[in-house]
Amino acid sequence: MTGTSRDTGGVRVKRGLAEMLKGGVIMDVVNADQARIAEEAGAVAVMALERVPADIRAEGGVVRMADPEHVTAIMEAVSIPVMAKCRIGHFAEAQVLEALGVDYIDESEVLTPADEAHHVDKWSFTVPFVCGATNLGEALRRIGEGAAMIRSKGEAGTGNVVEAVRHMRAISSTIRRLASAGGEELMAEAKGLGAPFELVREVAAAGELPVVLFTAGGLATPADAALMMQLGAHGVFVGSGIFKSGNPALRARAIVEATTYYDDPAIIAKVSRGLGEAMTGIGMGQIPEGERLAGRGW
Amino acid sequence: MKIGVLGLQGDVREHQAALEAAGAVPVVVKRPGELDGLDGLILPGGESTTIGLLLDRFGLLEPLRQRALDGMPLFGTCAGLILMATEIAGPDAARHRLSVLDVTVRRNAYGRQPESFEAEVAVAGRGGDGAKVRVAFIRAPVIERLGRGVEVLGEWEGSPVLVRQGHLLAASFHAEITGEHRVHEIFVTMAASGSNGAGRT
Repeated sequence: MTGTSRDTGGVRVKRGLAEMLKGGVIMDVVNADQARIAEEAGAVAVMALERVPADIRAEGGVVRMADPEHVTAIMEAVSIPVMAKCRIGHFAEAQVLEALGVDYIDESEVLTPADEAHHVDKWSFTVPFVCGATNLGEALRRIGEGAAMIRSKGEAGTGNVVEAVRHMRAISSTIRRLASAGGEELMAEAKGLGAPFELVREVAAAGELPVVLFTAGGLATPADAALMMQLGAHGVFVGSGIFKSGNPALRARAIVEATTYYDDPAIIAKVSRGLGEAMTGIGMGQIPEGERLAGRGW
Repeated sequence: MKIGVLGLQGDVREHQAALEAAGAVPVVVKRPGELDGLDGLILPGGESTTIGLLLDRFGLLEPLRQRALDGMPLFGTCAGLILMATEIAGPDAARHRLSVLDVTVRRNAYGRQPESFEAEVAVAGRGGDGAKVRVAFIRAPVIERLGRGVEVLGEWEGSPVLVRQGHLLAASFHAEITGEHRVHEIFVTMAASGSNGAGRT
């Protein structure tokens, strides 16, 4: 067997892994112990990074891809998929993560951008990418560059879900508008959105993105997860919300349960009891415009 | 023909679409009571550790296992195969499983995501026509051992990838994300012939 009939890195397997993650929770972890806690709690994947967003926000400085030694330790610790973040536009970090064999790369605004004008050409990789978006145009630009999964940006490290809600609502209301638009309106829409015309047409016809849409940024409670799922997310990323809380194992498990039973308030009520302190959180008014992460990338 | 799709986590909507294309009516199942009145059930792709934990926590594991033992047709893909297997090779055993299909599987043994691939697999069944179907192996499990009475309906590079034991059907791959529905037709046919299949063990 030469293996030539094995087609790796195609759109279906890249987007396909994201399909398998639907209805699940992807948790930020900084070491192997946290990764094990996440897996035990029922995470569908973990995101390996050097510091969680709340610490990044507090400590500042340039934030880069995690140390390959830490990424590898996390990959060896768990059997679920491991994702890792590279800086926006930093294709060499992405190449390193691909060489390590990670399952997904998050080209993330949470790290310090490496390129203010260009994102990574994600078509040139075998490993799939997830990218953040604040609106539909941004989501379609990333998909145009090869992203196989989209997440709302939200405002990471705040414990405040308001920006994730804004981004999810912006994406879904624009999709609804495209779905009811006439064919002759779509080129003007593509121009207005700054999005590739073919993708605009595809979304208008299907009434949904061609890739899985998760939510991220500021989720801290089971009810936050339920809210975002009811707003149309296919699954959730939780960053600082778990390991910056009083009882990470219990909270992680409760958020997993709330994500599955997002439409059942009795279950959300049950799993939300006695979780201990949620992370403190920050109001948007306390964050100067220039320090907001969602504005990174375009 | 009402076929359930276990809806705790994973590629549920893809299985719903494939079932519809195969002429069945899909029903999403998240609670024990929703197991009533089904002609069969699909365990979708997803994370077997996550789905297993949720099956256990929400009281679905034992009722579902009992129904499988009583003859309810099941079809598991990827994570679903792991949940159905009686034995997991290697250290990372998924603890909460149905353990009804007599095979040994090794999780993620086709490699991590960069090694995930699409391929054409010849599939027996529906008269053993050997039709080739386009399927996707995503961090897929390898079937390392077949128990007695387990027939191989599809192979890839010399390993079984689609197997049947009486009323139980399981695949290492995903036929539901490639616009394919012939494997689902095999299952719908199994479900139509009822839970008293001749090959039942």
